Amino acid sequence: MNLDTIIFFISAIVAVFGATMMITQRNPVASVLYLIVSLVAQAVLYVQLNSVFMAAVLLIVYAGAILVLFLFVIMLLNLRGREDLTDHSLSMSRFTKYLVSTLLFIEMLFVVRSGFFADAGVTGVIATQPTGFGSVEEIATLLFTRYLYPFELTSVLIVAAIVGAVVIAKRDRGYGKPVATSKQEEPSRRQSTK
Amino acid sequence: MVPISAYLILAAVLFVIGTVGVLICRNIIVMLMSVELMLNAANLALITFSRALNIMDGHVFVFLVLTVAAAEAAVGLAIVIMIFRNRETVNIDRFNLMKW
Repeated sequence: MNLDTIIFFISAIVAVFGATMMITQRNPVASVLYLIVSLVAQAVLYVQLNSVFMAAVLLIVYAGAILVLFLFVIMLLNLRGREDLTDHSLSMSRFTKYLVSTLLFIEMLFVVRSGFFADAGVTGVIATQPTGFGSVEEIATLLFTRYLYPFELTSVLIVAAIVGAVVIAKRDRGYGKPVATSKQEEPSRRQSTK
Repeated sequence: MVPISAYLILAAVLFVIGTVGVLICRNIIVMLMSVELMLNAANLALITFSRALNIMDGHVFVFLVLTVAAAEAAVGLAIVIMIFRNRETVNIDRFNLMKW
């Protein structure tokens, strides 16, 4: 058992542990922190797979930006201890979701045990790579030559997401009527929404 | 060296955990985070195949998936804020207005 295997097993256990704790925590802030633990372990695996730049992007974009956004929203909603989400009902939907989860888990165990991944069309052991694999230069070359068009479409997607988020989360909206632009209409519209 | 099947099995396990989280969690924010976890599991599989086949294109796909995840988080959290403002809850079982 060499160092690579040990690092892989530690990272894998931490990643699965963080993910499991994330979906079982009651407090959403603890959920976010456990997801960050899982992401850091996955970033270690990325480094092991020679994709150092993607590991950095994962940590900066996910742990640094997206999960902080989640934390901001949780702080904004002031969720802690506010309501009890435990479900004691004996409804059909509750039974169904646990049944589907169990079946999915059994299916995963079956696929893993059947050795499906061992002959996934590639060699079983990762060979040594030529230098430059996973570097920023290689990614940038691909991103700005062969994948230039999808990359430009990405910017359209982000603009659409920003505009959509602002429009959805805006507080004052006139439902079904044109939005008031002049300042004289502002007080009357406030009263009508109350 | 670690065989790539180990990485793929880990990706599958993380994906199933994310799916189970979407299914059984009642907190809508945790559901969104489970979706993020599923996207991450797909990313891990992409990186693994990219490394195993010695083709860099998987990294570009991971880049695009990260962008989609960021956009999804922004819009999803905006929706969470809006429905919390209207209903005063994050319990997904109470958002049943469009349920048949």
